[in-house]
Amino acid sequence: MKGKIVIDTEACKGCLFCIEACPRDMIEKSDKLNLKGYYPARVVDSGENRCTGCALCAVACPEAAIEVYREAKQS
Amino acid sequence: MRYIVKQNRAEMKEEAKNGAKQKVAKQKGGKKLMRGNTVVGEAAVQAGCTCYFGYPITPQNQLPEYMSRRLAEVKDGIFIQSESEVSAINMVLGASVAGARVMTSSSSPGISLKQEGISFLCGDELPAVIVNMVRGGPGLGNISPAQSDYFQSTRGGGHGDYRVVVLAPASCQELADLTMEAFDIADYYRNPVLILADGMLGQMMEPVTFDNYKSRKLPKKDYTITGAKGRPSRIVRSLILNTKEMEEHNWKLIRKYQMITKREIKCEEFMMEDAKLVVVAYGTAARIAKGGVKRARNEGLKVGLIRPITLWPYPSEVIKKWAKTVPLFFVFEMSAGQMVEDVELSLNGASEVYFYGRPGGVVPTPVELSRIISRQYLQKGL
Amino acid sequence: MKKVYSRPKYLKRAPMHYCPGCGHSIVTKLIAEIVDEMDLAEKAVCIPPAGCAVLTYNYLDIDSVESAHGRGGAMATAMKRVLPDSLIFTYQGDGDLAAIGTAETIHAANRGERFTTIFINNAVYGMTGGQMAPTTLFKQKTTTSPFGRDMRREGAPIKISEMLTILEGVAYIERTTVNSVSAIKKTKKAIKKAFKVQMDDLGFSLVEVLSPCPTNWKMGPLDACRWIDDVMSKEYPLGVIKDITEKEGIREAVNAD
Repeated sequence: MKGKIVIDTEACKGCLFCIEACPRDMIEKSDKLNLKGYYPARVVDSGENRCTGCALCAVACPEAAIEVYREAKQS
Repeated sequence: MRYIVKQNRAEMKEEAKNGAKQKVAKQKGGKKLMRGNTVVGEAAVQAGCTCYFGYPITPQNQLPEYMSRRLAEVKDGIFIQSESEVSAINMVLGASVAGARVMTSSSSPGISLKQEGISFLCGDELPAVIVNMVRGGPGLGNISPAQSDYFQSTRGGGHGDYRVVVLAPASCQELADLTMEAFDIADYYRNPVLILADGMLGQMMEPVTFDNYKSRKLPKKDYTITGAKGRPSRIVRSLILNTKEMEEHNWKLIRKYQMITKREIKCEEFMMEDAKLVVVAYGTAARIAKGGVKRARNEGLKVGLIRPITLWPYPSEVIKKWAKTVPLFFVFEMSAGQMVEDVELSLNGASEVYFYGRPGGVVPTPVELSRIISRQYLQKGL
Repeated sequence: MKKVYSRPKYLKRAPMHYCPGCGHSIVTKLIAEIVDEMDLAEKAVCIPPAGCAVLTYNYLDIDSVESAHGRGGAMATAMKRVLPDSLIFTYQGDGDLAAIGTAETIHAANRGERFTTIFINNAVYGMTGGQMAPTTLFKQKTTTSPFGRDMRREGAPIKISEMLTILEGVAYIERTTVNSVSAIKKTKKAIKKAFKVQMDDLGFSLVEVLSPCPTNWKMGPLDACRWIDDVMSKEYPLGVIKDITEKEGIREAVNAD
């Protein structure tokens, strides 16, 4: 099962709860500030997509800043 | 364990009818002999009040007691003896914003407790009727009638730029009429209205009818918080952090108060035609003053009475009008002197003001007052 | 790909003003999800407190009315009685509920008023700058307990939820937290249950949520979450504190008239 998340960088306050929640280490803290002055979370750019679309990051996010997509199960 | 869930309305209605402590004796002519406190309660119910929240305090206890039975007979009637006066005024806020006609009552120290809630009602622009049966003060005071809450009623009492419409009945019939009108005024302007009476008015018994007052046409309530069904969600709040918006909100309230001032002033003029000394008094003091004025007239003195019925807005124009022909205004209050300041403000030096006050719950007689009136009249060579 | 999670429908677009890692944001988001899932958004009325959460009405797209500090319990009492079919809930902090609002809270619970209280306990007065709260822990330093809370000086942290259990009008009280995904899910379940208790007319319901306040605890958000596990939940244990819904025949007893 493949998944994808989209983080609203400007809504993120850099609390890092999503990083703590992700069981696949797919999220990291960015080194670029957003407009509010936070270091937001970003998807790890490793070439390998380990995201399963479990949405634990989105549940943990206080700002509802993460959208989660999941591929339908292959028969 | 007991889990009493619903009020069994049918049972309550039965009990209310059978065991009513507040017996209402019928008089001839369709009027009922009733105690002032009870009159306020019945008038409220006649005006469509369905909610009463209050706390016991002498001398108004008959009012919550009456409402505890009477509201059981009313559809959607809700009575709660709250845990404090503070809690009561906040229950009033809740019921008002939910769209119900609601009343609370107390006496001086309890009204002090309600001040924050009253300020919130004004800031939220919500209707409510608050009844104060004034007693001696300050502090715990005593349980005798007084008029020492004039400042508290008309000068805010609570924080912020707001006004409360203050009605001052002087008889049980006026308690009935003004209580019924208070609900209409409150709904029409979306503002709390205060009935400023006293322990004597609350305890005295006079014949009353509830058919005197003709209700006003009122706009529909489009601001209530009832659950956003079929409409966008609403917010009722008095917190406005943006100062520009807050200033505009305050001016909006002031414009409302100006409109009330233009339209709602009530005042009685008694034996005024050729008066040289005019007594200015309200409520129970005005009842006493009428007796004093009549006695003075019997002795040939040209004495009259101006009785403000709305204390806010104050009938300044009436006083100004009479200043042209009246050299002495005799202000009589059952306090150390509060309304006298409004008389002085209205006159602006145009005539002389003499103040006679009895604070602490003292109720002078008409005979005593007429003696003081006569003495002033003769001393001034009127 | 199918979208499996996005911003809840009843959470307004406005960015929330809370600090990074604040529990308020999480609970507000949960409430938005819950009223949607339980189809209660059109019946819901929120009564926010004085405190950081005073602006809750800017985030939840449901009817809201502001209450004076601590008086939510009184307002909710009247509103639920006037609107018995609606979902009324107060959203209160530790000062609002357990300091200035203690009387209103206890008496509304005692009367078994059919509204829900969501009690956000972060052991400090957040909005006003970090002063001591009734729920501040022993030795916890705040701006008005600079030497740390001490029994002789300030008394003990108050256990309002435990205190309320002896009142017959109380149907359901649970203490949860939001410092991890599993905790957040438990909080959501608890609030849903509390709302159901209200709509089933069983009595007063309260969910106490231990909430991180990184700013006033002087910690980072993740450390604040750990502090709840290591320290705060030792003083305020998580779990169900009272629940009458499990009692056999309760529905019949309660609805018998």
